[in-house]
Amino acid sequence: MNSSQLFGIATLAYLLSSALYTALLIFKNKKIGYYAITVTILGFLIQTAALGLRWYESYQQGIGHAPLTNMYESLVFFSWATILFYIILEFKVKNRVIGAFVVPIAFVAMAYASLAKGMSQQIEPLNPALQSNWLIAHVITCFIGYSAFAVAAGLGVMYLLKKSAINKNLPPDTLTGSLPDLLFIDHLTHRTIVFGFLWLSAGIISGAVWANEAWGTYWSWDPKETWSIITWFIYASTLHARFTRGWRGSRIAWLAIIGFLAVFFTYFGVNYLLSGLHSYGSQ
Amino acid sequence: MSTQNKNAFWSLFSSVKLALFLLFTLATTSIIGTIVPQNNPPEFYIKLYGANLARFMQTLGVPDMYNSWWFIGLLILFSLNLIVCSLERIPNVWRLVTQDNLKTNPDKLEKMGQREIIPLPGTSMGEAVAKTTSYFARQGWKVAKRDKDGGTLFFAQKGAWTRFGVYLVHSSILIILAGAIIGSPTVARKFFRAPNFAFKGSVMLPEGRATNFIYSSQNGREIPLGFTVRCDHFDIEYYSNGMPKDYRAKLTVLDHGKVVLQRDIEVNKPLRYKGITFYQASYQPYPSFIVQLTNKKTGVEKKDIIPAREQIVWKKGGARFGIINMQTRGQIVERIKVWFTDNQGEPSEFWIEPNREAVIKRPSGEFLFKAKQLYATGLQVSKDPGVWLVYLGCALMLVGLTVAFFMSHRKIWAFVSEKEGQITVLFAGSANKNKLGFEKTFTAFIDKIKGFAS
Repeated sequence: MNSSQLFGIATLAYLLSSALYTALLIFKNKKIGYYAITVTILGFLIQTAALGLRWYESYQQGIGHAPLTNMYESLVFFSWATILFYIILEFKVKNRVIGAFVVPIAFVAMAYASLAKGMSQQIEPLNPALQSNWLIAHVITCFIGYSAFAVAAGLGVMYLLKKSAINKNLPPDTLTGSLPDLLFIDHLTHRTIVFGFLWLSAGIISGAVWANEAWGTYWSWDPKETWSIITWFIYASTLHARFTRGWRGSRIAWLAIIGFLAVFFTYFGVNYLLSGLHSYGSQ
Repeated sequence: MSTQNKNAFWSLFSSVKLALFLLFTLATTSIIGTIVPQNNPPEFYIKLYGANLARFMQTLGVPDMYNSWWFIGLLILFSLNLIVCSLERIPNVWRLVTQDNLKTNPDKLEKMGQREIIPLPGTSMGEAVAKTTSYFARQGWKVAKRDKDGGTLFFAQKGAWTRFGVYLVHSSILIILAGAIIGSPTVARKFFRAPNFAFKGSVMLPEGRATNFIYSSQNGREIPLGFTVRCDHFDIEYYSNGMPKDYRAKLTVLDHGKVVLQRDIEVNKPLRYKGITFYQASYQPYPSFIVQLTNKKTGVEKKDIIPAREQIVWKKGGARFGIINMQTRGQIVERIKVWFTDNQGEPSEFWIEPNREAVIKRPSGEFLFKAKQLYATGLQVSKDPGVWLVYLGCALMLVGLTVAFFMSHRKIWAFVSEKEGQITVLFAGSANKNKLGFEKTFTAFIDKIKGFAS
């Protein structure tokens, strides 16, 4: 058994759990929800083992390093962090239907990582610039933030669906009937954005410190840096709009989605469309 | 700030609307510089965008947009907004933090989000007051009390100072910007007229050479270091797949002619001396070699830098030699062909890899030969006297965000009163943030008291 096979099993588990959560949404059967979280936790444990194994495998190849160094590994870690965030959230808020809006994101990340053209799944040695303890701090902080923002966007979508159902006066036994009430989703979206914002800030800061250690410049307006600060500005606006101008509900839901689009571009778009220091995804 | 001296400027800059506008404008304009390549020569833009658009871009400073007048202007407006906004609000917060909560009208307690009445049957007023005091104290709340009409009011609070968290975040941004200004080479050059105060530069330093100046990255001018740095050695280590694993330069710092520091630097492991940092950034191989020769019979040694394809006469060693051919990958030499004679018999010719020692058997005895390709280390050199402020600001920001988002100002009141011979305590509480979290805190607080009371 090698790490790729385990990642494959985890991907399938997330596919199954996405289906189960969707089924829960439709049939509102408590048992399905129980199966869904069980499969999610199993998938998560397998993925965790796979991450550990991949780390171990890199040592066997004599180039030992944490599995956080290229596009493939970052997608796997993003999916892992999103699931971890979601599992904790589910136990904290005791609501399972949210899974239908979050687990699919983790599944898509894993599926894309394993199927995308030109995605190297090899364990590669680290180039001199990446050989730093800041690598782990930087990647982990950024991706905790990214995963929180992914969850927030999922919650935003959920809010808008529920809202439009209410506006259309749909009877409560339709799909959206099982969604939690608007105030609750709104509150949760906000808390999730707040959490993500703290970690995004930590991610940008750790990146700046690292850049200063490696090149003597903590900020060089490299496209990745710039897009990360654009994302930061968007979420900072969202928080101010809520705290001081009382924005609630649909507006925050939309901002959660727009913010995640910026995260997505920072993460993906910059690597594929723009040039710069973070070229790990462009080869 | 009192209301009298509020003017249009003040009310504009104290508004959150402006903050939102600036955040939005900074976010959207920042995109330009990620699409239009930055800091290229003018011809580049003419070729890419045509003469007219290129001229328009130059006027707006787009080729170096993050240093353009309007972007810096936005940042200045943003800073002013932060300062005025915070100054405007801090006095109110100060009042909230220091206000006398025992002045609260006990009637108000009944309207607070969290409240609970606990009857204390069979106690006197004095006993009830003592009990209530202990209910707070036993749960770690420092309580104050005051006699009111019809009873005694108690008050305790936690985390009042957390109301300042958001201003800690705001000041952290200002501290970071201040650090950026102090460390800016442009500011040092144009405003302080002291290019030595803060700079970014680079230098190519061949092995065996020393320098006491570097070249500014901004204008290529020489910037004196105030000491000397020498490159003693440079090499590249490769992984088995040919990818570079490590660039390593051995540097020596000489101050007033004395060796004060000797260290290997690598990418991610710079050397610092007197506020100046040297980063291993690039390298340059030369078609020259550092040759080490030993005449084993006489023990005479020679170490020298020689160019390729040149005959070198080594008088003391009684020999002549040269590197007459090379196999290269790019500029990196993988094998060299050595020509060597002790002036007796046929000259020796052989291929050898750099850094390998060869034993040359000659009629006059054995010679040891070793050659290393000559490299220069490309050093990035920077002096940033503002970086500690930037780091301080970053640390404060993380602390401030944690305080502002995850900690709250929690207040609990209690009112002991007697109604129709029955003594009761009314507990009530509120928090400025995370109401759900406070609900739990309050419920736990009351549950404990019920435990004490029963």
